[in-house]
Amino acid sequence: VSAALKEGRVTPTELCQRCLVLIKSTKFLNAYITVAEETALKQAEESEERYKRGQPLGTLDGIPIAVKDNFNTAGIETTCASNMLKGYISPYNATVVQKLLDHGAVLLGKTNLDEFAMGSGSTDGVFGPVRNPWSYSKQYKEKSVPKSLSEDKESDWVITGGSSGGSAAAVSSFTCFAALGSDTGGSTRNPAAHCGVVGLKPTYGLISRHGLIPLVNSMDVPGILTRCVDDAAVLLGSLAGHDPKDSTTIQDDFKPFELPNLTDVSKLSIGIPKEYHAPGLSSEILALWSKAADLFKNAGAKVVEVSLPHTRYSIVCYHVLCTAEVASNMARFDGLEYGHRSDMKDSTESMYAATRREGFNDVVRGRILSGNYFLLKQNYEKYFVKAQKVRRLIANDFLKVFMSGVDVLLTPTTLSDAAPYTEFIQEDNRTRSAQDDILTQAANMAGLPAINVPTALSERGLPVGLQFIGRSFQEKQLLTVAKWFEKQVQFPVIELEEVKRHDNGVFQHQKSASFS
Amino acid sequence: LAPWIPVVGLEIHAQISSNSKLFSGSQVQFAAPPNSLVSFFDASLPGTLPVLNRRCVEAAVMTGLALNCSINKKSLFDRKHYFYADLPAGYQITQQRVPIAVNGSLSYSLCIDNRMSQMVTKTVRIKQIQLEQDSGKSLHDDTRCQTLVDLNRAGVGLMEVVMEPDMCCGEEAAAAVRELQLILQTLGSSQAVMAEGQLRVDANVSVHHPGEPYGVRTEVKNINSIRFLAKAVDYEIQRQIEELENGGTILNETRAFDSKLGCTVPMRDKEGKQDYRFMPEPNLPPLILYDTKSLPANMNHQQVINIDWIQERLPDLPSVKREKLVEQYGILPEHSFTLLNEDGLAEFFESVVKQTQMKPKKVIGWILNDLLSYLKQHSLTVKESPVSSILLADLLNLLEKKEISSTAAKRVLAELWKGEGKTPLEIVKEQKLELLQDQKELEQICQAVIDGQENEVIMMVLG
Repeated sequence: VSAALKEGRVTPTELCQRCLVLIKSTKFLNAYITVAEETALKQAEESEERYKRGQPLGTLDGIPIAVKDNFNTAGIETTCASNMLKGYISPYNATVVQKLLDHGAVLLGKTNLDEFAMGSGSTDGVFGPVRNPWSYSKQYKEKSVPKSLSEDKESDWVITGGSSGGSAAAVSSFTCFAALGSDTGGSTRNPAAHCGVVGLKPTYGLISRHGLIPLVNSMDVPGILTRCVDDAAVLLGSLAGHDPKDSTTIQDDFKPFELPNLTDVSKLSIGIPKEYHAPGLSSEILALWSKAADLFKNAGAKVVEVSLPHTRYSIVCYHVLCTAEVASNMARFDGLEYGHRSDMKDSTESMYAATRREGFNDVVRGRILSGNYFLLKQNYEKYFVKAQKVRRLIANDFLKVFMSGVDVLLTPTTLSDAAPYTEFIQEDNRTRSAQDDILTQAANMAGLPAINVPTALSERGLPVGLQFIGRSFQEKQLLTVAKWFEKQVQFPVIELEEVKRHDNGVFQHQKSASFS
Repeated sequence: LAPWIPVVGLEIHAQISSNSKLFSGSQVQFAAPPNSLVSFFDASLPGTLPVLNRRCVEAAVMTGLALNCSINKKSLFDRKHYFYADLPAGYQITQQRVPIAVNGSLSYSLCIDNRMSQMVTKTVRIKQIQLEQDSGKSLHDDTRCQTLVDLNRAGVGLMEVVMEPDMCCGEEAAAAVRELQLILQTLGSSQAVMAEGQLRVDANVSVHHPGEPYGVRTEVKNINSIRFLAKAVDYEIQRQIEELENGGTILNETRAFDSKLGCTVPMRDKEGKQDYRFMPEPNLPPLILYDTKSLPANMNHQQVINIDWIQERLPDLPSVKREKLVEQYGILPEHSFTLLNEDGLAEFFESVVKQTQMKPKKVIGWILNDLLSYLKQHSLTVKESPVSSILLADLLNLLEKKEISSTAAKRVLAELWKGEGKTPLEIVKEQKLELLQDQKELEQICQAVIDGQENEVIMMVLG
C-alpha cells in the first residue's frame, strides 16, 4: 500500500477514512479503547500534503497504525485498560510513538489489552474482552459446528490471546496496517499466533521503553504486529536505536535493513529444543512443528534437536520476578499526582488503600501482594535472588545452544489454537498465564528476539503460528529466516465479511496484504 | 557506679550542588514556587525512566576521594519502597547493595577544656557514601485536614555519608560535621548549608558499660544546626544514662530533637520496623567508573568518569589549607582553625597581610581578637564587615610605623566600625591620636605634668 500511496492510487486521507469506517463496523471486536478520529484525519491530511509535494517521509508516511493502550500518547487517553488510569491524558509521547509520528504514520487509536498487560487472553481489562476476528471468518464458521439454530455472534467467539489482543485483532481485521504491542512473557507473539499475524519481539535494549508503562522493566519490550515479515522489518527500522531517555537501550548505532529474499537455506542451522514439546501441546501443533522442521530439512538446512534444560523452571522463575517488579512498579499509583483518586478522606493511608482497591482489578492486586511477599527481607534471598540465578541459567541455555552453531530456534508459539471465550474464563488469569506463557516467556528471560509467523489454519479453521528465536541483536538473520518460512507456508488471508464490504482492492491485493 | 561509654554514629545527607536533579533534567533551586521544578519523571508519571546525572556522580567521587574512601568502580542502584505523600513513585532510588564509595575516614579537631591552645585530632571512620534521591516536602494543614505536597525537592541528588559510631559526645559529633561541611564546601560538591536543608544530620546514640556489648541505640532526627546537634546528642546520652540507672530500658526507636525544650521526644510517625523490600533498580545499568589504567582506549571521554582525573583536580582540603597557613604565616594551628571556620576570614587575613608591613603573627591577633569579636557581637559575616581589608591594613601600617600607639589604634578601629567612610589617617588626625615623635615636645609635656602635680612629685621623690 506504500507503493499505492506513492503512486497516488490511493491518498492517505482515503486510507485513513476507510480504516475508520472499518473500525466502526468491526466495533463488536472491541479491539479499540480509543479511536482518535480527528487527530488521525489531520495527520492523514498532512501526509497527503507531503505526497503532493513529492516529499513523503518514507515508507511509513500515511500508513494507519494502532498502538496498545499502555503506551503514552500525548493528548490521547492512555488507560492500560484499568480504572486507575481511566481518563488519564498523558502529556508526552512514548519514544516509539513519537518515532512513528515522525515517520508520518497515522495514529488511528489505542488498542485494548488485559489490565496493565497482565494476562494471556486480553479478557481482563475494564473495557471488556477483545474478540478474535477469526471468530467471524468464513474459515472458522465453515468448520464450527453450530450449537443451536438461533446461535448468534455472541456465544461462540474465540479469544485473541494476550495481552496485546487489541493490537493483534486490529491488524488481523485490516483496521490498521501495523500495530504496537508490548511483550513481557509473550504478550505480542501469543495474540499474533491466535490472530494469524506476524508478531515480533525485538531484543531487549534495541527499542526504547520510554513511555511504555512498565510491567516488568527487565523483560518488557515494545512489540511489532504486522501482516507480513517485510512490514515488521520496516517498523523495526523506524523504531530501533539508542534513546538517551532509556538507559537500558544499547549505545550502538542501528542500521535499518531490507530483508533479502533468501533462496538458499543450506548454510542455515535450525535448532529444535526438545523441552518445547511441552505438556498440553496439541497434537495438531506438534504435527505442524514437525512439518516445519521437515520443510527446512528438505530445503537443505541443517536441522538439529537441541536442549534447553532449564525451560521447565522458567514459569515459576518468571512469576517471582514478574510479581516482584509489578509490586514495585505499581507503587506509584496512589491517587495523588494523577489517575483515579478515591473519595476516602480519613487519612492519606486510607485514601491510598481505597484508591488502589478501586483502581486495580484482582489480577493486578494479586500480583502486587505476591510480589511484596517475595521482596520481604526474610524472603528476598529465597525467592528473588534464587529466581535471578535461575534466570541466568535459562539465559545460558540459549547461549550454549547458539554457540554450538545453531542460528535460529524453531518452536511452537502456543499450545493450541484460540480457545472459545466461555472456555477460557473457566480458569483464572494466573492459571492461564502460567499455561500459555510456557513457550514464549523464556525468550523474555534471556532478552532474545523472537517472532511468530502465521503458519496454517487448525482443524477448527483458526490460525496457528510457529515461533523463531534468534540471537541477541541478530534481528536481520531472524527476520530473513522468518520471511523465507512465510513464503513457503503461504498462510491464507482472513475472509471477513466486513473487510470485503469496505475493500476496493486496497486492503487485500494478491495473497498477502502488506505495506512494503 | 560503673562508668558509661556513650557511642555516637551519624547519618548525614548532603544535597548535591548541581544544576539538575539526580535522575531527571528539572532544575535544583531553593525556595522556588511550589511544584514549579517538577519533571514528568519527578512526578512519577507512568512510563518515565531515570537517566543518571553525570555531575552528581562526579560530586560523589570527589567527596569519596576527599574522605579517603575506596571508590567502587562498579556500584549499583536499588529501590527502597515505602508509601508517603512526598515520595511519588512509592520508592526511593538509592544504593543499598553496593554504594559508590566505602571505607574512608575523616579527621577533625577539638579543643580540650575549651582552651583553643590545646587541640586534639580525632578520626571517625566513614562507612560509605551512597547516591540517592531526595524526597519532596509535605506540610500538614491540620485546620483543613489536608496535606500539601511540594515536589520541587523530589529527586534532587543526595550523598548519604555514614559515619561509624566512633564518636563519644555532642562536641565530637559537632566537630566532625563541621569539618565535613567545610570539606563539602571546599569541593563544591554540596553547599552544605544546614538552614537550607542542604545538610541534614541524624544521630545514632547508645550507651554501655566498659567491657559490655553496645547498648540499644536510638536515632535522633530533626536537628537543624551544628549547635543543636551537640545539644541533642548530649541530651540523649544523659537521658539514656538516667533511664538505665533508674532500672529502665532503652527502646530502639526514632526520636525528634525539640530545639525549644532542648530535649528529644519519641516520633509519632515511625511505628514498628519498616520492611523496605529492597529490589535492584532495573532501569539503571550498574554504574561503571574508570581510572587511567582501566580506561578503554577508544572511549569517548564525555561518556565516562575517570577517578584519577578527578583526584588530580581536587582543590586543597581544609586540613591542607590550615597547614599551609601555619607554614606560610607562622601562625598557631588553632589560629588556622578559626580562620577556616569563618567564611571568608582566611581570605581577609591574607589580604591584610599582603597590604601591610606588619608581621602576620601580629596581624592575626587583630583579625581574631578585634575584627572577629566585633563581627560576632553584631552577628555580621566577614563579607558584611564595615571595615575592609584595605582599611585595616592601613591602620596596622600606622601602628607598625609607630605613628600611633596600640591603644590609639583600638580607638581608631572602634571609629572605623561606624562605617562612615573615613580612612584611619583621617580619624587619627581628627582625634589627634598621633604619637609624638619630637623629644623636646615630649619633655615639655612631661614637665608640665610634673609642674602641675607638685605634691605627688614630692611624695614620689621621698619614696
